[in-house]
Amino acid sequence: MNIISVLIWLPIVVVVSLASGWFFQQGLIRIVNAPTAKFLRTAPLTASFGMLVIAIYVTCSVFAPIIAPFGESEILSGAFEPWASPYILGTDNLGRDVFTRLVYGARNTVGIAFLITALAFFVGTLMGIYSALKGGVIDQVIGRFIDVLMAIPSLIFSLLMLTIFGTSVISLVLVIATIDSTRVFRLARSVALNIVQLDYIEAAKLRGESTVYLITREILPNATAPLAAEFGLRFCFVFLMISSLSFLGLGLQPPTADWGSMVRDNAELISFGDITPLIPAGAIAVLTIAVNFVVDWLLHRASGLKD
Amino acid sequence: MAENVGNKASDSEPLLTMRNIHIKGLSDETWVDIINGIDLDLNRGEVLGLIGESGAGKSTLGLAAMGFCRDGCKITDGSIIFDGLDLLAQSKRDLRKLRGRRIAYVAQSAAASFNPAHKLIDQFCEGPLKHGLMEKAQAVSYATDLYSRMNLPEPELFGYRYPHEVSGGQLQRAMTGMALACRPDLIIFDEPTTALDVTTQIEVLAAIRDIVKQFDTAAIYISHDLAVVAQMADKIKVLLKGDEVEQADTATMLDKPQQEYTKSLWAVRKYARAEQKPVSGQVPVIEIENVMAGYDKTTDILKEVSFPIHKRRTVAVVGESGSGKSTLARVITGLLTPREGSIRFEGSALPDSYHARSKDQLRRIQMIYQMADTALNPKLRIRDLIARPASMYLGLSGKALNDRVCDLLHMIELEPDQYIDRLPSELSGGQKQRIGIARAIAAEPSFIICDEVTSALDQLVAEGILKLLDRLQSELDLSYMFITHDLATVRAIADEVVVMKDGTVVEQGPKSEMFIPPHHPYTELLLGSVPEMDPKWLDHLLDSRGADNIGDAAIAKML
Repeated sequence: MNIISVLIWLPIVVVVSLASGWFFQQGLIRIVNAPTAKFLRTAPLTASFGMLVIAIYVTCSVFAPIIAPFGESEILSGAFEPWASPYILGTDNLGRDVFTRLVYGARNTVGIAFLITALAFFVGTLMGIYSALKGGVIDQVIGRFIDVLMAIPSLIFSLLMLTIFGTSVISLVLVIATIDSTRVFRLARSVALNIVQLDYIEAAKLRGESTVYLITREILPNATAPLAAEFGLRFCFVFLMISSLSFLGLGLQPPTADWGSMVRDNAELISFGDITPLIPAGAIAVLTIAVNFVVDWLLHRASGLKD
Repeated sequence: MAENVGNKASDSEPLLTMRNIHIKGLSDETWVDIINGIDLDLNRGEVLGLIGESGAGKSTLGLAAMGFCRDGCKITDGSIIFDGLDLLAQSKRDLRKLRGRRIAYVAQSAAASFNPAHKLIDQFCEGPLKHGLMEKAQAVSYATDLYSRMNLPEPELFGYRYPHEVSGGQLQRAMTGMALACRPDLIIFDEPTTALDVTTQIEVLAAIRDIVKQFDTAAIYISHDLAVVAQMADKIKVLLKGDEVEQADTATMLDKPQQEYTKSLWAVRKYARAEQKPVSGQVPVIEIENVMAGYDKTTDILKEVSFPIHKRRTVAVVGESGSGKSTLARVITGLLTPREGSIRFEGSALPDSYHARSKDQLRRIQMIYQMADTALNPKLRIRDLIARPASMYLGLSGKALNDRVCDLLHMIELEPDQYIDRLPSELSGGQKQRIGIARAIAAEPSFIICDEVTSALDQLVAEGILKLLDRLQSELDLSYMFITHDLATVRAIADEVVVMKDGTVVEQGPKSEMFIPPHHPYTELLLGSVPEMDPKWLDHLLDSRGADNIGDAAIAKML
């Protein structure tokens, strides 16, 4: 591909993506109820495109067995078949269909990343708000413990933990969730610190409310905007983390399809000018960008800026 | 001065002419009118007072006089001619040359408007240097000159302090000085004294008026306080919801207001209820006994404070910021443990900390906050806000709870059907404060602490709140502790007055006695510092006390 064709294709891709985003947004506005439609109308084209991509990925992961033409770990032919029917993206080093594995990869990688992020947010948010609410010694103890965890480089820490506990899906989820919850804790604590000094929290304390009520009813609803935005970003990081661990062989274990390990399995094709191994990498990149578009929009709304 | 921006027109022409100004603001994705066609004329050296409730468009109009609009606002129609220059036709670049140099702005909160990371003098010099009017040394000596004219302490050294190292009143004067740095033709004062105590307010008012006169600067003075504007302005314009109500010179406006709305504004300051007789021989609802308290181990914010609060009585606690009024409220509610002394509730001692108090003890003492915005959880509906104390303390649920919420809304004069499912953000300031009151009485308390409940509200709205509190007191047998720095509020609602200064009670007694001399000197100073509706009041005060004997200086002499 020379520079001129890049210059021609780039604007076409951008325009087509934004246009499809716009159609997706208009379609959504038709089918949802009035308040949600009003909210959606504020989305810029980039965010609409982001939502479209996320919707496609979610559809892929939910309906993977229907969409995929073959089984996830079915060996069908010789290794490295070219892009031709019935293997539209060819086959990998063991003769499995790349397109099938791509679809299943969405389910495994995205699903597990979502699970990890949700877990990290549950733990991190609760601890962060609790720490801000109690203050004093409790805040110090929790805060310093989190500092210790954060001081260890995350990749090395997770490699270490996975080596100790083995590379099952459960330990993968727990290890990455633990590491990520420390980042969530920091954010949740600082957001909550601003909220706990407001009068309505004082009023609730003087009313004799329990800690659980204070956290869930008074503080959490007022902290959702920055936390939701962080959720999107965190999701991307977790996603990349799983992929890089898989690439290193410590993530999801074969024969489970996973985009990180798919890159590694087919890496040698690059030397022959075949771009197949870049497709799973591109899938990761597109999802990361899409999520960030949506997050940008939410952050912008949360910041209350008007232009 | 160096190069001229615009043509210096002759003195007979008005400095600023605004015609048929329309401004719209973006609210929730729709454009709403903020200003609907207002005209404004200002001559050189003239001071115009802009008066109105919050939301009347005072600040928006004031900023428009600089050709400026806040984010999410736009000027849709009209013309703004400043000294022969059409501001709406100027490029942003040309406007920037004008602002600070020929039109300056003084904001309400000096503390929030100064950059805390730079010294005052550097911020002063920024304007003249940027506009190329003065050399640094020249600007510094000019600043010193202005500081001394404004009676700031140690004018040579004053500028070398950081904003947090000087008091609120001094900072506001420093900001006025900064506005004068380029000798502008027009200064816009946006509520410059609203955030200050009465005694501090005087020194700022005196300084502003003096300096505006000395430099023959034209000014637009925005305020919601009539008495303050009466001291400052040559003529007054009254605004209501983006429309002009009337305009006249100050004396006429005060004596013979034409419109009903203006008359109602004037009348507010006269509301006062009859004082109830002091009680004796009864057990007080709340008895504060020799309370000593502070936030660290060495300093006492409260020093041996004791006074009783009887059933169905209102005790007003008056004092400047820093006098310990709010700390006292924290001790009574149990948020702050006193070092010595105790709080007795109907004869029996309350535990020091709210953690140790029983549910019933918590229920009987409620609090209403100054800022209704932060006192109500913005994510909860009115129904849930009011229902929570009723369900928690009284065990109501289902239909009984719903009926109770509707009753409470009726009591605070809000129609339940219309308001019950709204969020706090969908209410006006006064309505929010009413919800705060409803939440307090939902617990069926016997004692309520009202912490500056009306100071964030407009006068008409504040009067409504005071009347409501008064009515609820007689209906529900409530006792109030009213924390305030506004003596008009005291006059309106109190039975007894407690004057606090530096954590001690300097004077206490029934309201009728407190407003008649002889006073404690501090009470005297407080009473004397409340602006009156007489335009000559500030002149008389300065004549009788002398310019060096007001505000901080007067308090310092008392020590």
